[in-house]
Amino acid sequence: MSGGDGLTGRQRLSRWLANYEVDGVALLVLPAIACMLLLFIYPFLHGLILSLQPRSGEMLDNYRKFFSDPFLYDTIWTTLRLAFPATIINVVMSVPIALLVRRFRRQRLLTAILVVPITLGPVLIAEGMLNYLGPQGWFNGAIVGLGISGAPVRLIHNYAGVLISLVVAGFPFVFLLTLSFLSGLDPSLEKAASTLGAGPRARFRHILLPLLLPALAVNFCMSFVQMFSVFPAAVLLGEPAGATRVISIAAYQAAYEQYDAPMASTIAMIMGAVQLAIVAIVLGSRELFYRGSTGSGKG
Amino acid sequence: MARTFEQLRLEEIKRDFGAMSALKGVNLSVRRGEFIALLGPSGCGKSTALNCLAGLLPLTGGSIWLDGQRIDTLRPEDRGFGMVFQNYALFPHMSVRQNVAFGLTMQKRARAEIETRVDKALDIVRLRDQSHKLPGQLSGGQQQRVAIARAIVIEPRLVLMDEPLSNLDAKLRLEMRSEIRRIHNLIGATTIYVTHDQEEALSLADRIVVMRDGLVRQVGTPEELFARPLHSDVADFMGYRNLVSTHAGRAAGDEVTVTIAGARLGARVVEPVGAGGMVTVAIRPDDLAVSPEGPLSVTTDTSEYRGHDFYCSGATADGTTLYFTSPRRLAPGEAVRLACSPDRVLVYAGGARP
Repeated sequence: MSGGDGLTGRQRLSRWLANYEVDGVALLVLPAIACMLLLFIYPFLHGLILSLQPRSGEMLDNYRKFFSDPFLYDTIWTTLRLAFPATIINVVMSVPIALLVRRFRRQRLLTAILVVPITLGPVLIAEGMLNYLGPQGWFNGAIVGLGISGAPVRLIHNYAGVLISLVVAGFPFVFLLTLSFLSGLDPSLEKAASTLGAGPRARFRHILLPLLLPALAVNFCMSFVQMFSVFPAAVLLGEPAGATRVISIAAYQAAYEQYDAPMASTIAMIMGAVQLAIVAIVLGSRELFYRGSTGSGKG
Repeated sequence: MARTFEQLRLEEIKRDFGAMSALKGVNLSVRRGEFIALLGPSGCGKSTALNCLAGLLPLTGGSIWLDGQRIDTLRPEDRGFGMVFQNYALFPHMSVRQNVAFGLTMQKRARAEIETRVDKALDIVRLRDQSHKLPGQLSGGQQQRVAIARAIVIEPRLVLMDEPLSNLDAKLRLEMRSEIRRIHNLIGATTIYVTHDQEEALSLADRIVVMRDGLVRQVGTPEELFARPLHSDVADFMGYRNLVSTHAGRAAGDEVTVTIAGARLGARVVEPVGAGGMVTVAIRPDDLAVSPEGPLSVTTDTSEYRGHDFYCSGATADGTTLYFTSPRRLAPGEAVRLACSPDRVLVYAGGARP
């Protein structure tokens, strides 16, 4: 490497790095990598190792125990039964609402109102719902008063209560993402389609939906992962011992009621594996869709 | 729906955006088979007019008629016009063939018919061999040709083009310009073409509509607009770069004498002027040439090579900048005399705009 090019070793190094788009600014990524290692990779590995060290028995005994006890393995199904519908409801709802909001002039105001639930947090939403949807709440007062139903409808301390709160709390994230995907679509595509004879439904089906689907898949994954780790809503609004005994409750009980940290880690690992599997399936199916630019040619 | 028409009429069409008026009452009538260019500076309302015609923008006043049928109340999908957009607006997830077939698919045509017509349209724009590709895999010029094929395959009564060449480089723009006129002649379409490029309008159109501030300023053939713009702002836009304010002398018929920087020039009155009133004198740089006996004398500032001649600027004794042409390169500071045929010196009422 002794150069007749008149450059110092340092200059040659930076030229070589420039080939790979690396320069001084790239060093700024190091703190982020450190954070990832400290806050994510380390706890993950720690948990994995811990889960392989059961209080008694062999390495995989915790996993065997989980999958042989319906009281434990059923929590996967219980959680999926909540997370799937809630995610799908939110993703599906977000599309028409984002389509509407896109046309409003006061878009910012409306967006702000829709986003308020984010700032409230799950506990406050749960408390509000307990008051509002409870047997003595306004909602039941109204439907009984108006004669729509003879008796109060049970909407809390059961499956429905948790589902409603997941939808309410999760919607803003899903909506904001869908709105930003939609704003990224070139409006002239729809105009072109309409001059070619496509009415609103045909434009949605042939232009908007195919271009949005890959983004909706990402949106689905991000929302699903959040929903799958539901805890406060399941405890406060659900039936934590029965219909809404989700997987995070099982992990909590293992950790803080039985003081079995290895078992709790095992449940956390299984939780992560299920989330990962669903995300992999959904993102994998994205390959079936068009995934290129959603622009309409050279900008 | 009748697939053809004799006359398209825009009657007092208006479009307001809040307090701003983009179109302030535009009247225009277009015959079948014509190639019309809507020409004007940005913000003059030409694109708004096109979008109103396509139905993408509702009118706030006036009406649009195809013969006896009122069409401004129809939705864009019911008008049967083909539109070509500035950014092409190709559907990125569909192949070239699917893009072109889209309009026919929407009309629920038989598969065999769609295939034949798409092939024909792709042949017209010479892209048959690219039909399986996605738009992202094509060059800008090819994308624009797909957009044209997609618009003409539905055999529209009217083809609308919104600055279709403005995203292309200079060489491609010239090629596509001929291509667009060729296609227009080939399919016998009626085309309305929006552009801010006077050269494009002059070379493409049968008639040019010059717009400014939401109003039509002049309608005429390219020759009429080039030789005799009716207003000084139209002249400005048509390349009359020398616009000088001065006083008019006595007019005899349309002949008049004007004084620029002490030099007397014979001129033609386009807009009636009273003797002694302020006028604007308009001369194209190409008509103002170096001539040893010319009445105007200037000191050269710049001299740009244009291939067959030089495009120069210079200042008169009173500081007026004039643009002219010279067969040889002039040195900065060189004094030359300029002359112009009286027929090419146009006089308009009122002083020049700043």
